[in-house]
Amino acid sequence: MTELRVEGLGKTFGTHQVLQQVDITVASGSLMAILGPSGSGKTTLLRLLCGFERADQGSIRIGGRTVSSASTHVPPEQRAIGYVPQEGGLFPHLSVADNIAFGLSRRLRKIHYRVAELLELVGLPASYANRPPQELSGGQQQRVALARALAPAPALILLDEPFSALDAALRVETRQAVARALEAAGATAVLVTHDQSEALSMGHRVAVLWRGMVAQVASPAELYRLPATPELARFVGEAVTLDGVAHRGSVSCALGVLHLAGGMPEGPVQVLLRPEQLRLTPQHAHDAHTGARGKVLEVTYYGHDASVSLELLDSADYQVLNARVPGHMSPQPGAQLSVSVEGEVIAFAKARA
Amino acid sequence: MADVATHAHANPAPMPVETDRMVAVRRRGAPAGLLIAAGLVALLVLLPLGFTVLQGVAFGWTNAVELLIRPLVGELLVNTLMIVVTATVASAVIGTAAAWFVERTLLPGHRVWGVLVVVPLAIPAFISSYAWVSLSLSLQDFAGAVLVIVSVYYPLVYLPVAAALRGMDPALEESARTLGCGPWGCFYRVILPQLRPALLGGMLLVALGVLSEFGAFTLLRFRTFTTEIYAEYRAGFDSSGASLLACVLIVLCLACLAAELKVRGGARYDRLDSGTRRGATRYPLGLARWPVLGALSALVVSTLGVPLGMIVYWLTQHAVAAVTPAEVSIDLLLSATASSIGLGLSGAILTTILALPLGFLLARYPGRLPNFLERTVFIAQGIPGIVIALAIVFLAIRLIQPLYQTASLLVIAYSILFLPLALVSVRAALLQAQPRLEDTARALGLNWLQVVWRVVLPLAGPGLGAAAAMVFIAIVTELTTTLLLAPIGTQTLATQVWVDTSTLAFAAAAPYAGLLVLISLASTWLLMSLFGKSAVLGSGQRQV
Repeated sequence: MTELRVEGLGKTFGTHQVLQQVDITVASGSLMAILGPSGSGKTTLLRLLCGFERADQGSIRIGGRTVSSASTHVPPEQRAIGYVPQEGGLFPHLSVADNIAFGLSRRLRKIHYRVAELLELVGLPASYANRPPQELSGGQQQRVALARALAPAPALILLDEPFSALDAALRVETRQAVARALEAAGATAVLVTHDQSEALSMGHRVAVLWRGMVAQVASPAELYRLPATPELARFVGEAVTLDGVAHRGSVSCALGVLHLAGGMPEGPVQVLLRPEQLRLTPQHAHDAHTGARGKVLEVTYYGHDASVSLELLDSADYQVLNARVPGHMSPQPGAQLSVSVEGEVIAFAKARA
Repeated sequence: MADVATHAHANPAPMPVETDRMVAVRRRGAPAGLLIAAGLVALLVLLPLGFTVLQGVAFGWTNAVELLIRPLVGELLVNTLMIVVTATVASAVIGTAAAWFVERTLLPGHRVWGVLVVVPLAIPAFISSYAWVSLSLSLQDFAGAVLVIVSVYYPLVYLPVAAALRGMDPALEESARTLGCGPWGCFYRVILPQLRPALLGGMLLVALGVLSEFGAFTLLRFRTFTTEIYAEYRAGFDSSGASLLACVLIVLCLACLAAELKVRGGARYDRLDSGTRRGATRYPLGLARWPVLGALSALVVSTLGVPLGMIVYWLTQHAVAAVTPAEVSIDLLLSATASSIGLGLSGAILTTILALPLGFLLARYPGRLPNFLERTVFIAQGIPGIVIALAIVFLAIRLIQPLYQTASLLVIAYSILFLPLALVSVRAALLQAQPRLEDTARALGLNWLQVVWRVVLPLAGPGLGAAAAMVFIAIVTELTTTLLLAPIGTQTLATQVWVDTSTLAFAAAAPYAGLLVLISLASTWLLMSLFGKSAVLGSGQRQV
């Protein structure tokens, strides 16, 4: 069953086309992350879904009801949606309980209907009900905002970069709490974010918005492993690129002959792999192997892991790669190592100039 | 901007700048000399209030009851309360509506309207009432008084409410909409509650202003406590009767302060987000823009058009056209202008200097004692100017006879009156010059004097200038204290307008009124363009 169906959506501000031909469907009970760099139109898309702005083209259907099309524009208050804005947007003049009950009828507001249950759902103690929102931390405010959005049992929950204002440690914790609460409520949700790790870790599926268009919709693992374009690959995570020649599911490049995943181009290609796919081993152990040799130029040590920049020694032209290795295996600058690749890589046919 | 709302409760907005270094300094405690200086200034400000209360107490219970329980006092009480309540409510409605349309709708020309609706603040109430009375003597009743007072005081509500509307996080309204609130529900359940502190703060300022208003009510022949206090004083230099009425007025002012605190209650309104990313949304007006434009035009015509228009009208009339003909003397015009400006400048300088120790103490050594001193100073601000002026008259007659009816005493009185006004800017200015900047300068080899000259003054100078300029404007447009304390033979622009209007010599008053408004508007404009809009909003709390 489909809860949200967006078809051919377009929006123009003045002469600037912010969104064009956006198609997204979100299955009932699932979480769709919309990932895009700033200026990609993701916030505009969310505001169109909420009904704060009116779409120029296309249609939006929520729970089988058309809320936006050429002839209709249902105002936000009649869309049966829940909205969690960037910094929670809690009403500062109301207690936590009054905030949560805000969207209910007057009678249900009076009895604080389901407030305790919703607080528990988002992982906050029931004793928080009477606190003013000023006494909550940023992460707790976000959880209350989610509880408030869930209270009227909306068909769709929309989250607008809800974790961007939180510091790193709190962000992970709040993300998990929100994901658990959405799961437990069985809610259909759309999460807008510019943070790749947020999209990959929270979304059941991820839609990448690129210059106002949907560039790819995929599961997180598929998006990371098989991005549709080199730009997307670099946006979704760190990437190592090499020149190579593809032939029948393999590609030969400076790192040897590697297996290809996904599409099977032929001829000159750009080879793309992830830094954590590179294995660095002391040279003597791998003398027999065909692996390439590399010299360590620089090591940036992070503790849990380290980023190693290497110069390929046998390559015809000067090639520098970045590898990611576990912290305890970080080499010394100047060391000569053998470099091999684990797993499959992807290749993009080179545009002929 | 929110300053206007907060200061009235003797509870100014906390200053955001607090460095680790300041915490360290606070622990060390303020130098005794600074504390003593600041304490003396606070005492000076409280002196008139204390004197009045003592006088009232010394009057004795039975005498007091006898003097207070009479028809006249009842009439004054009814008049005063009626005008306070009516003017406050009307200002709240007009100020909020104007702020909403200017800030939150797609009103054609909203920038221009935003300026036009604030300008009346620079026109003293007694000038407005001069203009209206000279238009029609039939305005000398309750309705006329409400009209004139509201036209002058509504910006005190407009300013804080407009600031609150501008700073409101749009996410709140959007959240409310997605939770099922229509536009009206959104206004009542989300916007109005957010406006509460600003609205109440503005209403408090209006109420205190109306309680203190003297000049406008005299010219409108509308009797309130202030006009009666003046009459009793004039009737026989009788200190006790006037002091007793003054005590009643003080109680009314304190009641307003208490009522506002109570109504505002413990609810918290401090915003949760770290700042607005987007401006607040403006709603389209559609066809409603025509009636809205009409209402705003009517507002501007009655608050600006009539006062300025009537002054220009009388300037072009021959002196005999007025009810009472009187010739304008160029000499008197020049000397009145000179004394207005002279008094304004010396008062501004003295007030700013007096505010320095307290401001420095508050900026550098925040703590319980400085906060207490600050609060007492701001409570004194809620006391009507006429009460303070009268107390100074009696104090001078009894204790410092040689100073009585000298320009020096008048300047000191101005300082007492406007010190709270100056203190806000002085403290903010001194906070600009953070101690660690001074430390850095010292580390770079500057001595104490060079630090003041090259670091403190460039940083704090503009703010101190703004403080002095605000006091200057307040003094030039001040009437009550000047009337009571000006040396015999000294006339200022304000007292000349008052004298000529009292005798219905409207044409004779026009040049003085015109110059007064010109100086006030020009210096306000100058202040605004030099120091920014926020610098001027302190003028919202000046006493009239």
